Amino acid sequence: MTKEQADNGRDDMVIDGPGQANAVPDEFNANYLRIYYGKLFPHADMFKWMSYGNDGKHPGCDKSYFGRREFSFTLENDIYIRFQSFNSVTELENSIKEKCPFKIDIGPVYSVDPAKRHAYAQSGDNVFTPVERELVFDIDISDYDDVRYCCTGADVCLECWPLMTIAIKVIDTSLRDDFGFNHILWVYSGRRGVHCWVCDGKARRLTNEQRAAIADYFYVYKGNENSHKKISLPGLVLYPFLARSYTEVLKGFFEAKLLPNQNLLASEERYEKILEMIPDASVASELRRRWQENKRASMSKDDINIVRWEQLKSILQSGKQKMQGLRRCVEEIVFSYTYPRLDMEVSKHMNHLLKAPFCVHPKTGRVCVPIDPNNCDEFDPTTVPTLSQLLEELNRGGPRQDAENEWDRTSLGESVTFFRTSFLQPLLKSCKEEIENSYNAKLQQSKNALSW
Amino acid sequence: MEVVQSHRKSSSNNVIVSILPLYRSAPPLEVRLEDFEFFAIDRLRVLKGISDGLCRGKKPEEMEKLVLDLWKANMRHPQAVEEVNKDIISHFVLRLVYCRTEELRKWFLSMETTLFRHRFRRGSSEAQRALMSEFKLPYKAVSNAEFESLKDKLGQVARSMGQTLAAADAIFYKVPFEEVPDLVAGRRVFIHKGHAYVAINQVVSLVVTQFRSYLSKALILTNRKWTSTIREQEKDRLTPIVEALCTSYLGPDYSQQQEFGEISIKDIDQVAKTSFPLCMRHLFEKVKEDHHLKHGGRMQLGLFLKGVGLKLDDALAFWKAEFAPKVSAERFDKEYAYNIRHNYGREGKRTDYTPYSCQKIISVTPGIGDHHGCPYRHFSEENLRAALVRMGVSSRAVEDVMDKVHNRHYQLACTLTFEAVHGSSCDAGINHPNQYFIDSQRVLQSKNGSVA
Repeated sequence: MTKEQADNGRDDMVIDGPGQANAVPDEFNANYLRIYYGKLFPHADMFKWMSYGNDGKHPGCDKSYFGRREFSFTLENDIYIRFQSFNSVTELENSIKEKCPFKIDIGPVYSVDPAKRHAYAQSGDNVFTPVERELVFDIDISDYDDVRYCCTGADVCLECWPLMTIAIKVIDTSLRDDFGFNHILWVYSGRRGVHCWVCDGKARRLTNEQRAAIADYFYVYKGNENSHKKISLPGLVLYPFLARSYTEVLKGFFEAKLLPNQNLLASEERYEKILEMIPDASVASELRRRWQENKRASMSKDDINIVRWEQLKSILQSGKQKMQGLRRCVEEIVFSYTYPRLDMEVSKHMNHLLKAPFCVHPKTGRVCVPIDPNNCDEFDPTTVPTLSQLLEELNRGGPRQDAENEWDRTSLGESVTFFRTSFLQPLLKSCKEEIENSYNAKLQQSKNALSW
Repeated sequence: MEVVQSHRKSSSNNVIVSILPLYRSAPPLEVRLEDFEFFAIDRLRVLKGISDGLCRGKKPEEMEKLVLDLWKANMRHPQAVEEVNKDIISHFVLRLVYCRTEELRKWFLSMETTLFRHRFRRGSSEAQRALMSEFKLPYKAVSNAEFESLKDKLGQVARSMGQTLAAADAIFYKVPFEEVPDLVAGRRVFIHKGHAYVAINQVVSLVVTQFRSYLSKALILTNRKWTSTIREQEKDRLTPIVEALCTSYLGPDYSQQQEFGEISIKDIDQVAKTSFPLCMRHLFEKVKEDHHLKHGGRMQLGLFLKGVGLKLDDALAFWKAEFAPKVSAERFDKEYAYNIRHNYGREGKRTDYTPYSCQKIISVTPGIGDHHGCPYRHFSEENLRAALVRMGVSSRAVEDVMDKVHNRHYQLACTLTFEAVHGSSCDAGINHPNQYFIDSQRVLQSKNGSVA
């Protein structure tokens, strides 16, 4: 028992100010984590999710399903253990509480319990191989370092975070409208990015080839420091998904937010990057000339970035431009700055392990909470609950009769509730229907086979 | 299929004469032992020619012409029945040859699918429709009403590809998007709520996917039959032929050390300057500059160095020393050493990984912060020219190289680079970075009388 827990009894209903006995130093360590796993981590909800309705209540349930899922734990000393599997929520919960992993990853559902994998061959009939796995995406803001000047690497602030927000909007809309997926969970990765879990049955059963096709569908940004032109949009018009993303999300964000906030055209160093993307050297020189002349004189009260952007657009989009490559140049520039940059390898392979939601990030102490894609503009990574904050909130609450739902009296409550109502419940309802339908279909089939 | 020793000619007339066989089952033909081998060799010439064409980055129209030329040169017969027989027999013989390992199966599957694709495309629309129904593709044509409601979007997709939606194309099939991964990946179909709307001329993709999937399963079954019964049964007759056919046509994989024995750390800097192809030079320079390489680069360069003759201990020392400014020795041992030993077959599955061929390297897409892949494909023109000049390529030769690059003949570009740098011709063409290295050392040795 920690000092905080001991104090709890004494400080009862008093609401303490900062620096009092309930205050929890802002840290990340195994002791805090232990309490977190003991009282706050939603073991039962994770279990329900991972079971996808196979809770044994319906005869059509596959009781082996949960036990065939791989989990991996990263322990305190960077010790990494793979192929962990559990047969019940109790086993899962106990193992987490006992081992207190600094990170929990979720892998695929295999053909057999991963614990038994050595008994199976690599090829042939009796194989140990992934059979189901959510379609996942990983977007990391450090991949956008060349278009944000406020932060680099692992840092994130409210100026650049919106790049993640628009990535969510673009991908989420497409997953639903184009691909017809419904059960999608977006999660904050705890430091500098977001993960996406697509959990429909159809998604879980996709092959590697099909996952690669979806990833390629989303692949537009071919960025690499060795190539200048990172986006190429040939064709007379944009493909519907790209056109929709441009008009509904990317254009507005670029012109109203990114351009002025990151001062993309205000200095020579920055506007050169944009001029480099114009395939017609004479157009680029014309703009360069104008901007060099106007370095000090400001023509109007408007933001210089916006003024220059308007100039650029009017030259490129004027009817005079005949050159093929200029037709979509404005869109290409906007795309290269704002279009989602996905980690392709994460999405393409069924056996890729991804961090579980509700883990705590060791470097920031923040919890990997779900993000509501319909409200992602409101999400603020700088106010996501931290481990120490949550423990403090627990202390403040005083002793309680029931040990359940402790998260409800902390900032985590909102996230767990959202997870349950917006994601888990609809998902489980749909899974139950699927299990029932498939069971009934099988019954019908065997009836038909018999009745001749 | 029955193989007979006598000179009786095959006379069965029960073969279904379809212009393009589906190779669903081995036909009840009698085949002379000599024909068994000859037919297979002719077909192998076609497949090898296809493989070459793909390696050289030929465009689809060029591939189609190549395939048809190869077929005409090797498989034609004045009597249609005879041609179909040879077609079917040679295919089944090669199945025996290429079913035996994962890599062989992958190659055979890829070449046969390409062959099928181009022959299918050239077929009449009746033949195509007949084949579609043979594959039992239960996809309904889109109703007129639905077509009208989607016409705009379908037109938009066509125009985004530089095409128009002619009245003749107004027949569309509605299929679940997972069935047409290639079309989805290339954004060549309109998708909505999980359905893809495939134009009649894109039906090829549908059919080819089915063909591929069927053949893939058939190869596994063939392998099983081969290992369990056929190989032993036929050990005096077919087996030696089958085994000879395979090894005579695949190039060396450079996983075994060849003529130059070992290279040690002190040699690397020198040979890098003189004998590394551009892709490896670039990676080598980057690791020296950045004291780091991402995973893709470490694999590509690491395996290449292994093929060049760098022993495991030297490899570990090399990477450790290069990473030293950024990675402590302790961290190196924890995070990187395992993978290097894995590449040398000392960990895990203990597979001895083979260095990547040009085909593999060209097919990879480097992401942000990556330096692997084929520079002829991924570098901007400016960067590529600069790199070639640094290698010592004359300005006239640079133009020739760039010409190849513009036409997407990346291996030819590399071959020309080799010739320019070494002042001698390379008739076989570059297919593998280790081949470039060996040929380079050979040329230098004959010039200087010692390994440079």
